[in-house]
Amino acid sequence: MLDFLKPPIQTFQDFFLLAGRTLRTLPRRPHYRDDISLQMDMIGVGSVPIVLLVGFFSGAVMALQMSRALAQYGATGQVGQIVAITLVRELGPVLTSLLVAGRVGSGIASELGSMKVTEQIDAMRALGTDPVQKLVKPRLTATAFTLPLLTIIADFVGMVGGYLMAVPVLSLTTRAQYWNSAYRSLEYNDITQGLLKPFLFAIIIALVGCYYGLRTTGGTQGVGRATTQAVVVASIWIFVTNLMVTRIFVNL
Amino acid sequence: MAEGSDNTVLRFEDVSVVFDDVLALDKVSFVLERGESRVVLGTAGSGKTTLLKTAVGLIRPDSGRVELLGHDISKMEERELYELRSRVGILFQEVGLFDSLTVEENVAYPLRNQQARKAVDSDLREQVVEALRFVELEHTLDKFPSELSGGMRRRVGIARAVVTAPDVVLYDSPTAGLDPITAYTIMGLLIKERDIRNAATVMVTHRYQDGQLLANFRYNPQAGEIEPASRNGSRADLRTKFMVLQEGRLVFEGVQEELEASTDPYVSKFVRR
Repeated sequence: MLDFLKPPIQTFQDFFLLAGRTLRTLPRRPHYRDDISLQMDMIGVGSVPIVLLVGFFSGAVMALQMSRALAQYGATGQVGQIVAITLVRELGPVLTSLLVAGRVGSGIASELGSMKVTEQIDAMRALGTDPVQKLVKPRLTATAFTLPLLTIIADFVGMVGGYLMAVPVLSLTTRAQYWNSAYRSLEYNDITQGLLKPFLFAIIIALVGCYYGLRTTGGTQGVGRATTQAVVVASIWIFVTNLMVTRIFVNL
Repeated sequence: MAEGSDNTVLRFEDVSVVFDDVLALDKVSFVLERGESRVVLGTAGSGKTTLLKTAVGLIRPDSGRVELLGHDISKMEERELYELRSRVGILFQEVGLFDSLTVEENVAYPLRNQQARKAVDSDLREQVVEALRFVELEHTLDKFPSELSGGMRRRVGIARAVVTAPDVVLYDSPTAGLDPITAYTIMGLLIKERDIRNAATVMVTHRYQDGQLLANFRYNPQAGEIEPASRNGSRADLRTKFMVLQEGRLVFEGVQEELEASTDPYVSKFVRR
């Protein structure tokens, strides 16, 4: 009767088995440092341009939207604070992670998926190397390390975007006041959640991408399906995790 | 060898493998000894590839016991298997070359990534060139697999399988889909590898003529080519046994004469091709 529940529970269990196996390989040699740096370059450095772009525009549009609301209360001087808090707490981590899920999660799933359907994963195992150690671990490590850094970049560029909109374009406040209110509004709580979130999202993106890649079946069509699933599932879990983390930090 | 006097390289005891309620292997038992060759014949879907993958633990048996190089691998953890697999060479039917790595990186892969090995880069290149020279492809070092023909890809696959000087080499349909001349070249390489290093060899195929070559030819190092082995020579056909699989069951095991004399309608079909 409850047969319809079987596939999702099975998927959930398989995913956590992969996560567990990956965690166990973390301290274990070999570490494949070359693969980690290669992945950091592809995932981290490769994502910088798009993160700059998105960070900048989200900061600018934030300042623009807030300009009217703040003007009603005569509080346009607080625009720096609003931009800084929303970016550091929410927009920076979530937007950056969603972008990276689209760019990197799909890349991981399609790469591993193609390898799976062309027997390369089997070949890897037959040649005496662990695909989890050789493929999953470097991708997880690289994403978990670079996504918080990318978020910091997005946050900063966003504040610059907000500044350019608020001060030179709309003249809402002065340069000193913008940066001063932005700087003073941020507390350790904000910074912590702003960095913890991308770290958790990175684990989701990498593991979900690897999971759907490694279980690909059904040729090229299967690779396409795995890629789509990886992005959709990772994005959903990013939103869910975001809500849970925010819930915890709001009460702190 | 840690296994002492035991000459057994691979032992199957009543091994069964089930895929979605279909028996892919049905109580298969056989023993492969050091220096021996084995030709596994069977139609498509008879369980040949499953047999090879089970032999190295890529597929776990649902019942029975598989012993590889003196270790029972049926219950072994995947992690322990990696080291054992580094002593086995395997050529997949689809070769399974890493398409984002060059030929050189592909052949170097087992040397560089196997945990048991501590390869130094300078030796590594030498070993890779040596293995590629063995398959006469040392000029393709910087090429990507997609730039090679099907036969060349197989040869790179052979180089990658044997670069670590394994104790046993498994070939999955090494000549499938190749023209007769290229197929002959590939078979020549298999025989050369077997005779130079005396590695145990298992070859899965649906072409009887491949088995015939493996059983009756030997590599002549002076002439640098394969030639017919004399029946009373150092490698008579007794070192090569044939096995026939039918829907997962082992229906025949024996030497060439026995195979040719078989009256079983399924078994004799392979010989009369």
